[in-house]
Amino acid sequence: MPGLDALPFPLPTVQQVIFILIAGMTVTGALITALAPNLFHNALGLVLAFFGVAGVYVLLEAEFLAVSQVLIYVGAIATLITFAIMLTRGMMFGRTSSTNRLMLSTAIISALFFLVLTGLLVNVAWPEIGAELAGSEQMIADLGEMFVTTYLVPFELMALLLLAALAGAILLARD
Amino acid sequence: MAIDYLPLLIVLIVAALFAAIALVVPALLGPHRANKQKLEPYESGIIPFSDARRRFPVKFYLVAMLFILFDIEVIFLYPWAGVLRDLRDNYSIWLALAPMGFFLFVLIVGLLYEWKKGALDWK
Repeated sequence: MPGLDALPFPLPTVQQVIFILIAGMTVTGALITALAPNLFHNALGLVLAFFGVAGVYVLLEAEFLAVSQVLIYVGAIATLITFAIMLTRGMMFGRTSSTNRLMLSTAIISALFFLVLTGLLVNVAWPEIGAELAGSEQMIADLGEMFVTTYLVPFELMALLLLAALAGAILLARD
Repeated sequence: MAIDYLPLLIVLIVAALFAAIALVVPALLGPHRANKQKLEPYESGIIPFSDARRRFPVKFYLVAMLFILFDIEVIFLYPWAGVLRDLRDNYSIWLALAPMGFFLFVLIVGLLYEWKKGALDWK
């Protein structure tokens, strides 16, 4: 039996193995979201994809983003989508299908978007950051400081945006 | 470091295995003698009286929507709370407190509006 050095490709690092696991999970979730015939299973697939994206954020050392992803997307948005399905008559009774007559045009637009993203990924000279990235504690601290200094106005506008969303939700749901 | 999250990944894998084993092993080893009573959904001993697939009141949607909004609020509080003391020392106590005070004030106005509109009542 040849040694591991005889392999024609370099052995993946631990981080690469974890990335492949997480990416596989994300893609599986995305495929369930897009292809499963039952709309409820689509929603559950979306949760899996959201979790996978959070894992990617952790690998990219964007830990605050990862926590936000789990708290907001997995915790709240997924719940909202589930409720939206449960209170829609056509989706709770009878059979649903994940495709409709817009399927072809949507597929074309998605494919074009995929091409654009792939082109970006290949052609842009991404800056490479080595090990000198600040620790996650420092990054979250910087974020907290920027909320009240550099990005004060966007931060306060965020409160108004949330207020508008709150009023809109109440108006919509009470009619 | 991302490697600090390795225990979390291990817990996730163990949890997934646990769920998979709990589903697969009984299906393989357990006897399959189903009858009508056994196939009914277990509802704490209460006999099911209607289909579970019914439309849910829109109230649930409103509650989920409000939950998202205040969830986002908490996300913004977290980095700020971590540097509160540094902000006080580096700038001033007012610069540390006033921006978040206004942020919370706006959302409390929203909460009061919601309260007055009766969105919090579960009738």
